[in-house]
This record gives sequence, C-alpha cells and structure tokens, in this order.
Amino acid sequence: MNNFPILSFLTFLPILGMVIVLILPKRQELSIKVTTLVITGLQLVLSIILLMNYNYSAGGINDANSFQFVEKFTWINIPGFSWIGNIKIDYFMGVDGLSTPLVLLTAIVTFIATISSWSIDKSLKGYFAMFLLLDTGMMGVFVALDFFLFYIFWELMLLPMYFLIGIWGGPRREYAAIKFFLYTLFGSIFILLVMIGLYFSSMETLANGSKVFTFNLLELMNPNNYTATGILSPLNPNNLRFIAYIGLFVGFAIKIPMFPFHTWLPDAHVEAPTAISVILAGVLLKMGTYGILRVSYPIFPELTYQLSWFIALFGMINIIYGAFCAMAQKDFKKLIAYSSISHMGYVLLGMSALNTMGISGAVLQMFNHGTITAMLFLIVGVVYDRAHTRDLDAFGGLGKQMPIYTGFVSVAFFAAIGLPGLSGFISEALVFLGGFGSQTTRILAIISTLGILLGAAYMLWTLQRVYLGQLNDKWKELTDLTAREYFMLVPLTLIVIFLGVYPSPMLNLMNASVNHMVKLINDAQVFYSSIHSF
Amino acid sequence: MITLILNNLFGNLQAIYPEIILALTLVALVIFDLIFSRSKKFLPVLSIIGLIITFIFVVFEFGTSRSAFSTSGNISFLSIDGFSSFFKVLILIATLFVVLFSVSSKEVQSCSDRQGEYYALIFGMVIGMFFLVSANDLILIYLSLELLSLSSYVLAGFVKNSVRNSEASLKYVIYGSTSSGIMLFGISILYGITGSTNLFEINSLLKFSNASDITFLIAVIMIFAGIGFKISIVPFHFWTPDVYEGAPISITAFLSVASKAAGFALLIRFIKVTFAQSLSTNGYWQLINYVDWRTLLVLFSIITMTFGNFAALWQDNLKRLLAYSSIAHAGYLMLGVAVLSDQGLMAVMIYFSIYLFMNLGAFFIVMLIANEINSESLDDYKGLGYSIPFLGTALAIFLISLTGLPPTAGFIGKLYLFIALVDAKMITVAIIALLNTVVSLYYYIRVLKALFLTKTDKRVEIKISAFNFIIILVLLAPILIFGVYFSPLVNLAKASIQILGL
Repeated sequence: MNNFPILSFLTFLPILGMVIVLILPKRQELSIKVTTLVITGLQLVLSIILLMNYNYSAGGINDANSFQFVEKFTWINIPGFSWIGNIKIDYFMGVDGLSTPLVLLTAIVTFIATISSWSIDKSLKGYFAMFLLLDTGMMGVFVALDFFLFYIFWELMLLPMYFLIGIWGGPRREYAAIKFFLYTLFGSIFILLVMIGLYFSSMETLANGSKVFTFNLLELMNPNNYTATGILSPLNPNNLRFIAYIGLFVGFAIKIPMFPFHTWLPDAHVEAPTAISVILAGVLLKMGTYGILRVSYPIFPELTYQLSWFIALFGMINIIYGAFCAMAQKDFKKLIAYSSISHMGYVLLGMSALNTMGISGAVLQMFNHGTITAMLFLIVGVVYDRAHTRDLDAFGGLGKQMPIYTGFVSVAFFAAIGLPGLSGFISEALVFLGGFGSQTTRILAIISTLGILLGAAYMLWTLQRVYLGQLNDKWKELTDLTAREYFMLVPLTLIVIFLGVYPSPMLNLMNASVNHMVKLINDAQVFYSSIHSF
Repeated sequence: MITLILNNLFGNLQAIYPEIILALTLVALVIFDLIFSRSKKFLPVLSIIGLIITFIFVVFEFGTSRSAFSTSGNISFLSIDGFSSFFKVLILIATLFVVLFSVSSKEVQSCSDRQGEYYALIFGMVIGMFFLVSANDLILIYLSLELLSLSSYVLAGFVKNSVRNSEASLKYVIYGSTSSGIMLFGISILYGITGSTNLFEINSLLKFSNASDITFLIAVIMIFAGIGFKISIVPFHFWTPDVYEGAPISITAFLSVASKAAGFALLIRFIKVTFAQSLSTNGYWQLINYVDWRTLLVLFSIITMTFGNFAALWQDNLKRLLAYSSIAHAGYLMLGVAVLSDQGLMAVMIYFSIYLFMNLGAFFIVMLIANEINSESLDDYKGLGYSIPFLGTALAIFLISLTGLPPTAGFIGKLYLFIALVDAKMITVAIIALLNTVVSLYYYIRVLKALFLTKTDKRVEIKISAFNFIIILVLLAPILIFGVYFSPLVNLAKASIQILGL
C-alpha cells in the first residue's frame, strides 16, 4: 500500500478516461457513458481505500512528515547563476485531515453527477471529455502541496467548466459561462501574483545545504525560511504581506463565492445542466474555502489572526444576505443557489473563530454542504426534467403526486435547515459553538444565528409552495422517481442521515489536523510579534 | 599585405555563412524560377533546403561569440553571440513554417506565375532579419531594416488583384517609409552628437562626455519610433490591423512573428550595447542615465497592451482580431525588455519562442478555414467547431495559450514575465499586465464561443490533408509539452542570453 501512488491515480484516472472517451467513436454513446461511470467509480473506490488506510493521528498542515500518501518528485529543476535563481518545482502531493474529507466528497459527488449526466443527449463525447477533465482539476487542487501544482489544477478547471455551462446549459448559458470564466480568472491573477511574490520571499534548504526559492507550500509556511529582502517576508520592513493577504483572500473568495463577489454563482447555477450544478455547488465552491485554509491560514497566520473579525463579518453577511436573497427567488434553482451562498457563510464564520470547534465545524460544513446541496440540485433536476419549469409558483401539491420523491425532498430540506439528526445540524452547531467561543467573533456569531431562522423560513416556504397544498392539474402526469434517480438520491440521503446521527468518523478524520492548525496560528502569533510589534 | 586583408576578409566571412547561404538560396530561387518557369512545385522544396542548411550553420555557431568585421579592438559591425543565434533560430523556424503554409495557401497559389518572386522575397526578408539581430552599426541596422521592409511591402501586396491587398501594401509603404525616414533622421542626429555610427563607439563616447540631454533624447526617440514601427508599438501601430488583414495570411503570420522577433532583438541590443555603463550586477543592466529607459518602455508597453486588448474586443474579423492581439503581445514582450535585466531578457526569449508557435498556429488554422469558406469573419465561424472538430480544437488550444492559461505553454511565457517583474519589484505594472490578460480572455473566448457554443445547421466540409494535419500537430506539440515541462526551453534561453558588449 505504501508504494502505490494512490493520489496520482485519483487525480489522473479521469485524464485516462478522457483519452478513452475521445478515442471511442461518436456513436458509441453507451460505452462513453459507461467509461465515465467506471472511471468515477474507480475513483470512489480508491478514495475509500485511501480512507481505510488513513492514519487518524497524523496532523499534516505544515508538517511534511505527517502528511500521508505523499508523492514527491522534482518536476522542474533549473540550476543556475545566482541572479537568475534556481527554479525548482516539485510534483508534491499528499493528504491530511483537511483534504481527505474533500477528496472523498469529490469522489462521491462526481460519481453521482456522472449518473445524473445520463440524460445528456447533445454531443455526448465532448461532454464527458470535459467532465473528466474537470474531475482531474478538482481532485488535483485537493491533493497538491506545491503552490505551482495547485495553481495549475486550479486553472485547469476553468476551461471545462466554461464549456460545460456554455454548451450544455440553459437559454442564457453563454452569458453565464463567460461571467463565470472572467470572474474566476480575475480572482486567480491575484493568486498568481501572490504565488510569485511568496516564491521570491522564502527559501527552502535542500538536502545538500544549498538554499533555493521554493513553491513548496509547506516550506512557505515555515517562518524561518523567509529571506530578509523578500517582498512578502515579515523580516522586510516594507513588506506587502497585508496587501498580498487581501489579494489572495479575494482570489479564493470569488470561488466561495463571498459577498460581494457572488454574482456569478446564481447565473452559473441557473444555466448549468443539473449534473454540473451538482459539481459546482458540491465541490467547486469548497475550493475557495479549502484554499484559504490550505494556503492563506498557515502562510499568513499573523494576518489571519488580526483579520479574523473581518472574515467572520463577511461570513455573517453571506449567511444573512444569501438567505434574504433566497427568500425572494421565484426560480427554484436560483433559490438553491442563494441558499448555497448562505451556507458557505457558515464555513467562513467557523473558520474565522480560529478554534478547534469552529474550524472542525467549517470543514464538516464543507463536506455536509457538498452532499446536501448536491441533493437539492438533483431534486430540482428531477422536477425540471418532468415539468420543464422551475417556477416555484407554478407548482403545488407535488407531495400527493410524487410521494417518495417528496420524502427525499424533506430529508434534504430539513438537513439544509439544520434539523437535529441530520448532518447539517452537527456542522452548524459546531460553527456556532466555535463562533461563540472566540472573543472576536462572538457578536457576529450571535447575529448570524438569524440565518438559521431565515433558512428555515425560505426552505419551509418552498416546501409548502411546491409540495404541499392543492395539486395543479397541469402536473397530473408527473411520475415518481426512476431507478436512476434512486441511485443518486439514496446514497446521499444515507450519508446525510448517518453523519447526522454519528458524525465521529468524519470529525476524527479532521481532528488532528484542525488541532494542528489552531496550534500553528497561536504559535505563529507569538513568533511574528517577536519580529515586530503589529 | 594583401594576403593579410584577404585572410581577414575570409575569416570574417566565416561569421556570416548563414547569411551567405540565404543569399545563395535567394539567387538560386530566382534562377530556377527563370529556367523551369512551368513547374513551381520545387520552389518551396528549394527554399526548405536552403533554410535547413542555414539552420545547420546557425546551430554550428551556437554558443560561440565573436565579433565580425571589426575595425579596431572590439568595435565591429556584427556580433555573433548567443543572443543573435537564438533569434536566428526563431526566425528560421518561423520562416520554415511560413514556407510550409504558403504551399497550402489558396491566396499564394492563385498567383502561381509569380511564385518565384514570393519565395525570393521571403528570403530577402530573412537576410534582413539576420543582419538586424546581430548588427552593431547604425548604418548596417538601417540597411537591413530597409531590406526587410522593402521585401515585406511587396509581399504584403502580393495578391495584386484584391483591393484590400493593394490597400494594405500601400498603407504599409507609406507608414513604413515615414517611420524609417524618422529613424534615419534620429541616426543622423546621433551621428552628429557622437561622430560615429558604431554602437560600441557611441557607447564609449557617451560614457565620458556630456551630450546635450534634449537633443540626445530626441534622437533616441526617433530611432525608437523606427523600431516601434517594426514591432507595432502604440502609437506606431496604425498600419498593423490593415496590413495584417489585407496581406496573404501566410505573410501576416510571418510579419507578426519573424519580423517582430527581429525588431525586438534590435531594440534589446540597441539599448544594452549603446547605453551600458558598467558590467551588470545581479543580472540588472547598469545603463547610462541619459534616457530613463524603464519608465519609457513601461509607459509604451502598458499603452500598447491595453490598447491592443481593448481594440481587439470589438473586432469581428479574425485576422484583425489576431492583429490587435499581436499588438497586445508586443506590449507584454516590451514589459520584459523594460525590466532591463537578464531575467527580463530571458522572459522575452521564452515568451517569444512560445508566441512563435501559438501565433503561427492560430494564423495557419484561420488560413485553412479561409481557404474553404473565403471568409475570416467571426459570424462565419459559428458552429464550425462541430463540422471541423480537429481544426476547432487546435484553434481553441492556440487561443487558450495566447490567453496564457495553464497547462498550455502560453502560461509559462507569462509566468516568466511576471517572475521577472516581481523580482524587479514592479508590482503595479504586473497587476496591470495581469488585468490585461483577463480582458484578453474575453475576445479569445469569443472565438471559442462562435466555434462551439453556437450551433447552426449549416455544415462546412473542410478536408485537411495529411500534410497540414502534421503541420498542426508539430505546432501543437510545443504548446502542450512546454506547458507541463518547460525545462529545455528555459535552459536554452538561459544559455543564449549573452550579448556582446559590456
């Protein structure tokens, strides 16, 4: 098990699948679909194997030795004159308690999205090729430990996503696709700049004792590696760390999406086909918060500490603003999209507490939101496939017509509200416990509880409008779930209920890493204040 | 005495073997065209043979550095150094592709009786460029620039019977001659101040004398205008869209890559050799403080890229769109020069090597499509991605690379550029350039949108011959390979940053 490069397989299996899909003739529609299903299925199996071999006590974060399933090779190495600098990029992958839940989430959501893609009938070959390329990008982001590698995967997702929304999307797909592309590219230029800035500020000591500039995230996290003149080095009195932190944060925040950078999300969601909405909400949004936790937090711990109140503030705005917007929607899918914005606010709030409870809550919320929102979008997909409308007011009484479906709907809705016994409750409770526990974020956390109330309001109202009441005669022909839809909804429901009743497996998974992160930020606070007084 | 002179002459001639081969090929082309005037088939073959022999000689002298035709000491007419060899290789590769493109170009084939001139003129351009990248003397610079320009004026209007073609040629001549006149004026002022046309001599005079600042500045800016015309820097760019649109696509591709490469090489050598104060430390050039080169270049570069990118947003003709995009790219490249360091120089060289493939590739596919549908209008590209998936995908990759997104090589070019900028602490400039990249995405993606996002019932059948298929693959390979593994390219650039002079 130790020598098997499981992370590379997880990441690059989809590329292999893409090649197969591209080779297969256009008419072989079934084999194209089956290939994708097999590949994503294998990915799921691999991620479960990974979980089974996972060492729960290893912390990771900034400690290279406690990362697991590590693969590290030199990728680009250009030795040279001192003034041109030694360019060294590693192919460096590994997982810890922060990334493992998200690797698992990616595998689950992608597999289910593949089943959901069964109904795609336009240019199948292109669709699945792009789908698999997207899969590689997502998986890669969660396992990369070299900033350069991370950035490549981060950017790799943009193009497939553009095409997936732009070709297979709804009526305003072109607008939504370009908006998504421009927004995220705008965000990633800041990430690129900070990446280069960090590269010139920190030096890694090689085995032979020589020092080189580095893209290695773990080396960048080590405060002793900073050079005296680096532009992002705390030793340099004119350093730009503050601006870099904000830039990096904006880059990631666009992906979350955090208010006021959220406007691309409703458009993208409404226009994207169901499977892509599922991936977008289930996995892509987590990249923003994951990036903050993986890159911003450990590299700029002192600024994280100082600015945690602002992160919480934006979390709060996201929660309440998203909820209000959701309440005003007439389009079912748009409502879910705004509820996503609201729920991602909980992640921000939890993160900003900087204590074990809050960060665990945030990571758990990422996972739970991934599964719950995937369900919600599938639910919208089910009704849209049959009725070809998403207008909330057009429905009513679907509960009588489609009882089993409505059963799943209730589970998903109540999980989203945060009803005890379902997974959403655990993570939201942890987020609030963490938020109350921290002096800085307490008041903001208290205000944010309003979000729960608003969440219940719009969810229940939707439930009432669509599923209860008088059945509209137009919908007398609607049939209940098909076997394929069971396949998608049942596993997610099981996960939601299981983690609601017994969240320990997931919490144990991240516990060591979260503790390590909290310790790192507290230690760093001491270290950085010894350099200068902030 | 005579033997001494002869020995000296032959010794120096060795340094210009590549140029001699090129000249011989030119002559051979003209003669063969006269003798076998019926069959034009072997003209490209002959050209390719000439290019390959030249290539061998250039590779042979790669890594050596020597001055040729020196009058005394290190004062010479030509520098054969790593820098010039690198650009010669780029020019040769570009020429090779352009000759291959011309074989399939409908526009060029339509004037089959004049093909001898076509290939001969291409060689005329190449000779001009070869001297340009290694010239050390203002007279030689001016002469080779004129050789390059005169050949390209004719080539731009090669398809005489089309209106836009003649218009392009005429515009090119008028703008070109004006700017070269201005440049000549600048050269004469510089000669007046320093009493020499040799860059080394001017350099040593500048170091010890106090030239009148304002006259000097005017002279330099006038020379800069001449170079700026070649590399289409705003505000000397007005000819670019019209000429690029009007000229045969193979020539447009050639102008946008090779002649730009020569122009950049000239600019870099001119700045570095003429204004070197002392040996560079940390890779940053120590320049004489007469002209604030960094501010000047940054200013021009930002205006150029911003203008190019914004103007491209409104274009509906693909050739014009690529013309504005090439203006924007000149801006990015100029930024690499503006760093005034070896790091920046390396960035320019890496960027150019990648730009060569992606730009040639984009133009080639536009040409293949135009051969069939006789149009470069974006409207006619609607849904084309479905009828010609291979060409569509290849064009998409070239355009993505031009935008600079990973994992294509275009990203590596941009990455090195920004590394150089951040290293020089030019953060604001880097941010402006990056924001420009976001703008550029919009118009490149418009092409992809037309190709793939809009569906039409109209189906266009375009047969790609195996020959063209291979050309496209050869152009695609570096874009995809250097995107993930760029060590060889960087090592090559690094090995050739040496410029003779201080």
